[in-house]
Amino acid sequence: MENLIALLVAAPLVGAALLLCGGKRLDRTGHLIGSLFAVASFAIGVALFADLLGRGAEDRTLHQYLFSWIQVGGFRADAAFQLDQLSMTFVLLITGVGSLIHIYSIGYMEHDERRRRFFGYLNLFLAAMLLLVLADNYLLLYVGWEGVGLASYLLIGFWQHKPSAATAAKKAFLVNRVGDMGLSIAIMLMFTTFGTFAFGPVLAATGETSEGKLTAIGLMLLLAACGKSAQVPLQSWLGDAMEGPTPVSALIHAATMVTAGVYLITRSGAIFNAAPDAQVAVVAVGAVTLLFGAIVGCAKDDIKKALAGSTMSQIGYMILAAGLGPIGYAFAIMHLVTHGFFKAGLFLGAGSVMHGMNDEVDMRRYGGLRTYMPVTFITFGLGYLAIIGFPGLSGFFSKDKIIEAAFAKGGTEGWILGGAALLGAAITAFYMTRVMLMTFFGEKRWDPDTTHPHESPKVMTIPMIVLAVGSVFAGGLFSVNETFVKWLEPVTSFEHGHSPVSATTVTAATMVVLVLGVGLAWAMYGRRPVPATAPRGSLLTRAARRDLLQDDFNHVVLVRGGEHLTRTLVYLDHSLVDGAVNGTAASMGGLSGRLRKLQSGFVRSYAVQMLGGAAVLIAATLLMRGV
Amino acid sequence: MNPVYYLYLAALLFTIGGAGVLIRRNAIVVFMCIELMLNACNLAFVTFSRMHGNLDGQIIAFFTMVVAAAEVVVGLAIIVSIFRTRHTASVDDASLMKL
Repeated sequence: MENLIALLVAAPLVGAALLLCGGKRLDRTGHLIGSLFAVASFAIGVALFADLLGRGAEDRTLHQYLFSWIQVGGFRADAAFQLDQLSMTFVLLITGVGSLIHIYSIGYMEHDERRRRFFGYLNLFLAAMLLLVLADNYLLLYVGWEGVGLASYLLIGFWQHKPSAATAAKKAFLVNRVGDMGLSIAIMLMFTTFGTFAFGPVLAATGETSEGKLTAIGLMLLLAACGKSAQVPLQSWLGDAMEGPTPVSALIHAATMVTAGVYLITRSGAIFNAAPDAQVAVVAVGAVTLLFGAIVGCAKDDIKKALAGSTMSQIGYMILAAGLGPIGYAFAIMHLVTHGFFKAGLFLGAGSVMHGMNDEVDMRRYGGLRTYMPVTFITFGLGYLAIIGFPGLSGFFSKDKIIEAAFAKGGTEGWILGGAALLGAAITAFYMTRVMLMTFFGEKRWDPDTTHPHESPKVMTIPMIVLAVGSVFAGGLFSVNETFVKWLEPVTSFEHGHSPVSATTVTAATMVVLVLGVGLAWAMYGRRPVPATAPRGSLLTRAARRDLLQDDFNHVVLVRGGEHLTRTLVYLDHSLVDGAVNGTAASMGGLSGRLRKLQSGFVRSYAVQMLGGAAVLIAATLLMRGV
Repeated sequence: MNPVYYLYLAALLFTIGGAGVLIRRNAIVVFMCIELMLNACNLAFVTFSRMHGNLDGQIIAFFTMVVAAAEVVVGLAIIVSIFRTRHTASVDDASLMKL
């Protein structure tokens, strides 16, 4: 079975190569080829999953060695794969959700003349993402990491004729680059510390390494995770990334790629467990981002940007859980999977709404759509209930566990983190209810003469239905007998946290804040009509509409700061460096001009110089003798 | 007779020669002054040879004579050549490589 692992990556890679090199001949069938390869990869994934289930819990790690990639002296990098419970979970999520979104895109991108290319990029993304989660060393993981960055760039800027899309793609690429630098530094540190960067030896050797080095590696890994997973302070690209086609937002910027940071931290769990300072940084980033994203999500009128804020916030939950150590890893991944279902479903629902509304994204121009798009309404509604943590649905199980684990961190820290997570849950309930009410309820705020809302074709609704089913049942299924935790335990290890408050209390508190959030949203957007143009709003609302001034901050600090820095450097270059070089040249010239005068051509002056020289020599000899 | 007097004479001759080289402009005179300095040295060598009772100084004096003879041949040839082209034997006038 080991030999199938490479096929997982190879299938979408072949698809991408075919579609991107095949030219116009494949224009008519490109979408089918692309979907076929995605589904094939999913089928291989399922076969491997069945194989793993047939083995004992300790025997579920498969390795496949392909070839020795680079070998120079003591430096050795292999192209080799490792499939264990953690990567298996990701493989199923990536290929499963990926296949559904491929199928959905057949309908969504039907009228786009570059559809073949779109499917090529989607396949490329799948291949890179699978490489990322299947690599058995950090260097190969880095290849996948860069690959998904490239695919993300290509897909955000897919409608490159729009300047906003082209700019957004560039922005995403540049911000990701900062994170990637963190990952490359982490890999270099690993090599100098451990002499290798394969998962096995590195993670096994954390016990014998100084905590300072591990903290440095951990912080660099966190920087990488911040870039890829849009966490504060590298969060600014995700909102703009919504310029890409909606299936891309669903697959890459909600369900899979942005969770790569969580994968990285969970995979490197042994490093973080041994570096408590780095863990504190991780939970701080997670807690700040979960509130940041939630607040941004409350103020956005663009349905996709509201969902993007939500994504940021939910990934904040995962990062927070991953930072809690063994009490949180399994829940981070569990929330990641359930989030993959409901957030992909929500994005596909948003895409379906846009499809029926002439690509309108402003929720203030929606309203009352539930009767026009019943399937979209029901699937979106189920996703909505799942994300706010309605009892019995996926989000309830996974988020509740994270809040509980946050309290179990212990001490003041536990109370702060738990409080932030609870507050985040309340805001989540508020902004998701707002999205729901503004889109599907209330009076119609669109022009019936130009807009004719209609349900999307079956090829789009069926993936939405499948994801909605996942959003409803996945969480419950994972939680029965702690199936999911037991499945992951051999890789991530697991401890029960000792929470100062009982699980029932946490659940009750979650329910209370849930009701508060929903009630507040209903009072603001359900009971009163929603104005079609945005009111001015409070200072916080206006700041949140501008993504809490993230771009202004970046502009003032980074762009202006960078400009000042370069100007200073140019000035220093001109005055100091050039000054030193030119000064040396000028002084040499002046000195030579003077020295040249010694060679006058008058023999007698040479004779005087010789005499003087001889006198000096004699005097020196005598002096030396005297001494 | 005290050999040191010869050394005084050698020093006097050397000084006269040196002053001539530095002061006179005529190439022939400068040349003769150089010969004077060489011979003052020879005198000193021979005197030292006598004082120390070995022959090293005398041998060096012979060497100096040979070198001086060779030098005279080359030097006079150069002087004659310069005189032919510049119609003067002044060393100050020949301060440039070109005419």
